[in-house]
Amino acid sequence: MTARSERIRTVDEFDLLAAADSPLHAIDPRAKLLTVLLAVAVIASYPRHTVAGMAPLFLLPAAWLALGRVPLGFVLRRLLPALPFVLLMAIFNPLIDRAPLVEAGGIALSGGWISFASILLRFLLGMSLAILLVACTGFNTLCSALLRLHAPRVFVVQLLLLYRYIFLLADEARRVRLAYALRSGGERAVALPVAGSMLGQLLLRVMGRGQRIHQAMLGRGFTGDLPVRHTFRWHRRDTLFLLGWAVWIILARAVNIPDQLGLFVIKALA
Amino acid sequence: MSHHIVEVDGLNYRYPDGTPALHEIRFTIRHGEAVAIIGANGAGKSTLLRHLTGILVPASGNVRVGDCPVLPSTLRQVRRTVGMVFQDADDQLFMPTVYEDVAFGPANQGLPPPDVEKRVADALATVGCSHLRDRPPYRLSGGEKRAVAIATVLAMIPDILVMDEPTAGLDARARRHCIGLLKAFAHTRIVATHDLDLALDVCERVIILHEGRVEADGAAQAIFRDTALLERCHLEPPLRMQGCPCGGKLGAA
Repeated sequence: MTARSERIRTVDEFDLLAAADSPLHAIDPRAKLLTVLLAVAVIASYPRHTVAGMAPLFLLPAAWLALGRVPLGFVLRRLLPALPFVLLMAIFNPLIDRAPLVEAGGIALSGGWISFASILLRFLLGMSLAILLVACTGFNTLCSALLRLHAPRVFVVQLLLLYRYIFLLADEARRVRLAYALRSGGERAVALPVAGSMLGQLLLRVMGRGQRIHQAMLGRGFTGDLPVRHTFRWHRRDTLFLLGWAVWIILARAVNIPDQLGLFVIKALA
Repeated sequence: MSHHIVEVDGLNYRYPDGTPALHEIRFTIRHGEAVAIIGANGAGKSTLLRHLTGILVPASGNVRVGDCPVLPSTLRQVRRTVGMVFQDADDQLFMPTVYEDVAFGPANQGLPPPDVEKRVADALATVGCSHLRDRPPYRLSGGEKRAVAIATVLAMIPDILVMDEPTAGLDARARRHCIGLLKAFAHTRIVATHDLDLALDVCERVIILHEGRVEADGAAQAIFRDTALLERCHLEPPLRMQGCPCGGKLGAA
């Protein structure tokens, strides 16, 4: 992949998926957005050592994957870049919290390892939902939904502009990188002092471009407001979608479904 | 129609670091005129254009657009009158789709949605890009970007069009298309360019800037024939007026 940078390819794929058509694409973006927000809030609200209790929530990404016709590989590949950060956050738990919490088959598991697993599960759930949301809605539509839900305008305008110019920035970074590669005698890593001035260059260019864009916007009467087109309408199926998932998510939080299921099975066998 | 006039009177400008950029610039451009501003790199073309839209404020001297001087207090009025097409179309196309980008100006003018819709449709039709309306700008080719950037300005129905290097970086066909557009407009046009054949095609009048001064101001044909003047300003006659050296040699042999 020398012609286009990896990042651009990633964003391109998102756009292509978002332009597709599926039952999930047809749902009003606000319904999807609110569902994801609720799910993320619930995921964050579980106690530290919950692992199995969260399992029912995996119905969400699984169903969306199928409904939205998104390839599983796409979601997994998008998850990878965030994984190191999560591991970095979670890895201290097993080191700090060494008190054994559960014993299974003679092996004692410390509370730290359990909470480590819990964090990983939360990451998997939350990130995969966010990825599916963008893949089945499109970034710009999502921003327009945010506006309709009365998110602060300044914030949404920033997101829109970020998405518009990330391509140019990536392109510019790639050109600088290529220019370096061509004259550095085949060295792969950028030497630290050079990296410093390269980043400085990039920053100056970005600032210059930012200024020119602002001038172009002022020239056309910009007053702090991007007029965004809203292309969606709320149907009854959107209410059903939101309600259905909300009930499932809250039920999964209120009742430990795997536990109850286990108890039920044991009772039935006895 | 006095509001289509551009008048620059004794304009001086220095960059913030003290480098002198423009010196005693003086000219008047009348309604419906097409004027090329040419000059070598760093002659001050872009700096001059920035004064016409109020992006820069003169150190001394006056710029008047129509009936109103370009001042911080009149910027809204000036920007309604003057439409500026930037050199890099990417700077100008900042909205998620072509439609929204072209609609940006009219929407900011407070037009009702059906009128905005009509403005967008008209502007895109004028530049021949109606089929691109739902595409994101970053997926367009260089020529398409340029045409759409022109449409974003046309949609605001300015009286005066100001363009910075409209044909830079375009392939032959896109350049032809762009020149065709410029020729068709009835607006007052001010074009800064290195493309002297474009200047010859579109503009009846040429202003040469050299080291921040107006070196010549007159009919395009006459100026492009003055080879001594062009040489002094680090310019060459348009390719079309240079004759064919190869043909000349063959004729002599």
